[in-house]
Amino acid sequence: MSKHVLERLQARFADQVEETHSNQGDDTAYVKRDKLVELLTFLRDDAELAFNLPVDLTVVDWYQKREPRFEVVYHLYSTTKKHRVRLKVRVDEDDARVPSSFPVWPGFDWFEREAWDLYGVRFEGHPNHTRIMMWEGFEGHPLRKDYPINKRQPLTTLLGEQK
Amino acid sequence: MGLEGQLTGTFVGTRLSDALNWARKYSLFQYPFVTACCGMEFMATACSHYDISRFGAEIPRFSPRQADLLFVVGTVSHKLAPVLRKVYDQMCDPKWVVAFGACASSGGFYDNYCTVQGIDTIIPVDVYIPGCPPRPEQVLDALMMLQEKIQAEPLEKQA
Repeated sequence: MSKHVLERLQARFADQVEETHSNQGDDTAYVKRDKLVELLTFLRDDAELAFNLPVDLTVVDWYQKREPRFEVVYHLYSTTKKHRVRLKVRVDEDDARVPSSFPVWPGFDWFEREAWDLYGVRFEGHPNHTRIMMWEGFEGHPLRKDYPINKRQPLTTLLGEQK
Repeated sequence: MGLEGQLTGTFVGTRLSDALNWARKYSLFQYPFVTACCGMEFMATACSHYDISRFGAEIPRFSPRQADLLFVVGTVSHKLAPVLRKVYDQMCDPKWVVAFGACASSGGFYDNYCTVQGIDTIIPVDVYIPGCPPRPEQVLDALMMLQEKIQAEPLEKQA
């Protein structure tokens, strides 16, 4: 439907777009993180693209299946042009960070905090880079595939453990 | 409470615990600690259709300090556990706890990093109601079981 978006993105950021694919109206672009903020700003401000609605931001953990391990996924929608696009940014486990998209869409504020909390990907430049779901003092990032499945971190003393 | 001391020299035509427990079991003031979908079934039980007031437990108090029966209705996460513990600690003796539904009883299918695996790991529980969610009949059954339990409690336990 909106291959036009991918084409326009590729024309403007040829060196940043690694690959694209379109399937049944789903348009996806893998992009580099180097100029991510610039690229996102273009998607928002370009008159023909006009992505004004940040729909979703999440992370995929390809633990032991793909390298690099993580993909940060952005879903965007334009309420004026009625088109969508999905962006993916690959990041390595040892260098799990991307620039924050908060300056472009403040609506991604809590999404980025959630992604940090559960997957441990840093969003550099986020104004309040703290956990949002788990509590202070929680260790690790529970949606990572190598988080021990039976690990529990209770906040209270459990009855059976009281002296 | 020292009731025995106050009643020295008077005549009581029953065992004191029987009379006291009979009064207690039919005037339960519940505190509904509702966190999830089980709350709907709790509301159904409490409202006129199933009418929990037939069993002497019609008035929910929204302060634990005014309640003697704690209904824990729904999933409790580790983040919420200290709150539940505090609510329980604020209730005056004698007090009872009902674990309402599979999640409160055992964690239910939330066998994961963030969910308490049964509230009995945090506070003592008197009656467990299974079900996801339980039907109102089960809730009433649990209430009657609790009343049986209260009736059988010895006086000295109720400090």
